Amino acid sequence: MAIVMDADRVSRSLTRIAHEILERNRGVENLALVGIRARGVPIAERLAAALKGLTGIDVPTGALDITLYRDDLMRHAVGPQPVIRRTEIPFSIDDRLILLVDDVLYTGRTIRAALDALIDFGRPKAIQLVALVDRGHRELPIRADYVGRNIPTSQQQSVQVRLVELDGRDEVEVEG
Amino acid sequence: MSAMLLKSVHVIDPAAGRNGRFDVLIVDGKIGRIGRDLPVNDARVIELPSSFIVTPGLIDIHVHLREPGQEHKETIATGTASAVAGGFTAVACMPNTDPINDNASVTQFIVKRAAETGVARVYPIGAVSLGSKGERLTEIGDLRAAGCVAITDDGRPVGTALLMRRALEYASMFKMPVINHCEDPSLKGDGVAHEGAVAAMLGLKGIPGASESVMVERDVSMAELTGGHVHVAHMSARQSLRAVRAGKARGIRVTAEVTPHHFVLTDEALARHGGYDTNTKMNPPLREEADRAAMIEGLRDGSIDVIATDHAPHHADEKALEFDRAPFGIVGLETAVSLCFDRLVHPGIIALPRLVELLSTNPARVLGLPGGTLVEGEPADISILAPDASVTIHAAALRSKSKNTPFDGWTLKGGVAATIVGGRVVYANPELLTLNL
Amino acid sequence: MTTATTLRHRHLLGIRDLEPGEIDLILETALAMKEVGARPIKKVPTLRGRTVVNLFFEPSTRTRMSFELAEKRLSADTLGMTTAGSSVVKGETLGDTARTIEAMAPDMIVMRHASSGAPHQLARVCRASIINAGDGTHEHPTQALLDAFTIRERKGTLAGVRVAIIGDLIHSRVLRSNVWLLTKMGASVIACAPATLMPPGLRELGVAVTYDIDEAVKGADVIMMLRVQHERMHGLFLPSAREYFTYFGLTPARMERAAADAIVMHPGPMNRGVEIDSDVADGPWSVILDQVANGVAVRMAVLYLLAGGEGEG
Repeated sequence: MAIVMDADRVSRSLTRIAHEILERNRGVENLALVGIRARGVPIAERLAAALKGLTGIDVPTGALDITLYRDDLMRHAVGPQPVIRRTEIPFSIDDRLILLVDDVLYTGRTIRAALDALIDFGRPKAIQLVALVDRGHRELPIRADYVGRNIPTSQQQSVQVRLVELDGRDEVEVEG
Repeated sequence: MSAMLLKSVHVIDPAAGRNGRFDVLIVDGKIGRIGRDLPVNDARVIELPSSFIVTPGLIDIHVHLREPGQEHKETIATGTASAVAGGFTAVACMPNTDPINDNASVTQFIVKRAAETGVARVYPIGAVSLGSKGERLTEIGDLRAAGCVAITDDGRPVGTALLMRRALEYASMFKMPVINHCEDPSLKGDGVAHEGAVAAMLGLKGIPGASESVMVERDVSMAELTGGHVHVAHMSARQSLRAVRAGKARGIRVTAEVTPHHFVLTDEALARHGGYDTNTKMNPPLREEADRAAMIEGLRDGSIDVIATDHAPHHADEKALEFDRAPFGIVGLETAVSLCFDRLVHPGIIALPRLVELLSTNPARVLGLPGGTLVEGEPADISILAPDASVTIHAAALRSKSKNTPFDGWTLKGGVAATIVGGRVVYANPELLTLNL
Repeated sequence: MTTATTLRHRHLLGIRDLEPGEIDLILETALAMKEVGARPIKKVPTLRGRTVVNLFFEPSTRTRMSFELAEKRLSADTLGMTTAGSSVVKGETLGDTARTIEAMAPDMIVMRHASSGAPHQLARVCRASIINAGDGTHEHPTQALLDAFTIRERKGTLAGVRVAIIGDLIHSRVLRSNVWLLTKMGASVIACAPATLMPPGLRELGVAVTYDIDEAVKGADVIMMLRVQHERMHGLFLPSAREYFTYFGLTPARMERAAADAIVMHPGPMNRGVEIDSDVADGPWSVILDQVANGVAVRMAVLYLLAGGEGEG
C-alpha cells in the first residue's frame, strides 16, 4: 500500500493539465468539461475553476453517469445492480470540444461507455480525455490526452483516488 | 364360517355405553359377540397395540363421489377407496352429479355402481327439486324407495322458503331430513372468499357470514313451521351456530355438521405462501378466527352434531386456474380423522367418545342409517384408529383421484389403522398394522 | 431507513412485499431514468438484447403504452400480447399461456390480469421475472410507485405527508398498493368513500376512514381521486352518478379546505363530473399529467432493477 500522489502533487497535476488544455486548444473557446461520475466530477469542477482563474471565462461543466451504458451490466450476477446517479449536462454539446474527465484510466471500458453516452446527447466537434491517473492495461484502443500521472500497476493491484469533495482529503493510493 | 376375534381391544361406542377393553368377535361378516374373555375357537385372533381404539364404522354424510358424469374428478370406486383409507365404512353421496340424482333411475345407477365397484357403503342423497333448479319437487317417495336417505339441492341452497316448507313437509312423510347448503345467493353474489380484512387486502370478492346465517335462520323457521327435520350442511359462520343453538333450545328439529377445514383453518390460509392457493377456495369459505373458534366451541358443547368432510374432488387442471375461476372445494376423506385427533382430541377440546359421536353415532342418527354403534347380529362395520400415530399427509399419495387438499405436507398426530366393512378388512395401514389375511 | 442496493425478490408482484429501503431505491433510480426522457435521444442501451413480454389479459392503453415506452427507452425488445386474439379466448389456462410464452425465453413478463392473484400464481411456475401491471382488485405496484415519485417530487418527502384517497375504494387495486406504500413510508392516510364502497381492514393498517369528503380533504397535502365506474350503479353500490358527485365529488369549493399547496392526483382514466370536477382536473392543483410522465421513469427503474436478476423468487 503506497500513497503515490499526495494532496500537493494532485493539485500541481491539475494546474499543469489546465495549462496544457489552454495551450493545446489555444484558449477555452467552445470548450466544455464533462466529469464522469463519481470522482471525475470534482476533478472537472476544479479544472473549470482553474481555467476561469487563467482566462476569466466560465467553462460549462456537466456530470455524466455511465451506468446505463456499461457493457458489464447483467453479464454476471455478482452483486446488486449498480446504483445510478443523475446525469446533468445542462448545455448543448453540439459542435463543442468536450473534455471528458475521469479519475483513473484503466481498461478503457468506462471511457467507451462515456463516448456512447455523449454521442446520444449530440454531436460534439471533438472529444479529448483527461485522466488524473493512467494505470495501464488498456483493453480497448483508447488513450488519454492529458494525464496527471502514469502509474504502472499489476492487475491484482487497485488504485484508490480520494478527493476532498467526496472523501475529505486528496491522495492517490495503490493497494496490493 | 369365517371368524375374526379382536382380542382385548379398546372399544369406544357411546351409543352402547362402551368405553373400555373388550373382545369383539366377528363371524361371517357380522358382529358375533362383544364381551370379555371370549372363547377363541377357530377365530383368527387379532391383537392391537394398546393405544389403538376400535369404534363403530365412521360415516361421512357429505361426500361428492362425482359419478355419474364427472368421472375425471372421482368415481365411486376411487371415492370409496379414499373413504376407507380415511377410516370411513360408509358415505352418503351428494346429488349434484351429471345427471343430477333427481330421479330413481340415477339413484339406482349409483346403488348398482356402488355394489359393483365400491368398497365402502354408499347411501345416495337425492335432490329436493328437479335439476336442483328450485321449481318443482322431485319424486321424493320414489327416491326413497330407490335408496335415497335424504334430500338436498347441495351446490345450491333450497331456493325459496316455500320450497323448503314443502320439502320438509313432504320428506318427513318418508322420515327423511332436508339437508340445506345454506346461502343467500344475493348476498353471496360472485364472492370467492370470506368477506373480511384478508379478502379485502387480497382483492377477492367477499361472501359475508351473514349470507349463510340468514338462510339458517329461515330454515329453522321452516322446520318449526312444519315439524320437519332440517340439517345444516357444512356450517361455517358463528352467526349460523347461534341460530342452530336457538332452534335446538326451542325443541326444533335442526341438526348441523361442520367440516374439519372449517375448524382447523381460517381465511389467513388464503394469504400464506405467496397467496391465492386455490386449495384454500371452497364454499362456504374459510372464515375468520372468531368463526373457527365458534365451531370448536360448538363441537365441544354439543350444538354441532356431526363432522362431515364435504369431500369435493376436482381435477388438477380445474384447480390450476385463477382464484376467481377455479371451482370451489377440497378433498377431505383421507385427512379428516388425523385432523380431528390432532386439533380436537389431543388439545383436550373433546374426549374420544365425543369424537366417535361426531363421526359415527350422530351421522347415523341424523340420516337414519344403520350402524353408528356395534350391535351383535348387525354387519361388522368397524374402524380401527391409532390416536397416537404420527401421520404426514402427502397429496400425491391420496387414494382419491383428485389431490386438491390444503394439508399437503402437514404432520399430524393420529391416524387410521384399519377399516372393516361387513367383516372384511378393506383397508389396513401398512405402517401401523400388518394383517396377514 | 437506508436505501437498499438491490431488490430482494426477482418479481414485483405487490408493494406489500417491498421494504421501505427498496421503495427508496426504486424512486432514486427513477430520478436518474427521468433524466433520460429529457435528452434529445431518449434511449440508453441498458436492456439491449433483453426480451420483455407485455402480457395484458385486460385491456389497457395507458399502462401498456407506458411500459412499452419504458422498455424501448432501455433498448429492450418488446412483445405485446393482449387477450383479444390469443389462446386465452379459446379457453387455454393461464398456466398454459404462460408456459407457451416462457418457451420463447423472455427475460421479463409485464402482466395485467382481471383476477386478483394471477401474477402470484404465475410467478410460482415462471422463470422470467414478473412485473404486476395490475391484478384484479388486488395491487398495481408501479402505479403506487409513480404516485409516490410524484408526491416526493412536489413535496420533497413522503414522511408526514397527509394524503386523502377518495373514490371507489373497495374495487381499487390502486388504493391497496398506495395504502401499503404510503404507510410504509410514513405518510398519514385518510380513506373516504361511500359506506357501500369502503373495504374492511383499513383501520388495522393505520389508515383513517371517513364517509365525509370534507373531513378527508381538510388539511390534506395530497388528494388522490380514484374513479367510480358506471357499473357500480348496477351492483346496488350507488344510486346515481349525480348523487355520488354531490357527496363525494372533488370540486374547487372543496379544494379550499385542503392545505395551501395541495396537489390533486388521479391514476386515470377520469370520469369528469363523477368523481372530479373538470375545473379541478385541469386546475392549478392537478399533477395528473406529471403522473403519466413519471410513470415511464418509474417503470424504467423497475425494469432496470429487476433485470439484474439475482433476487430470490
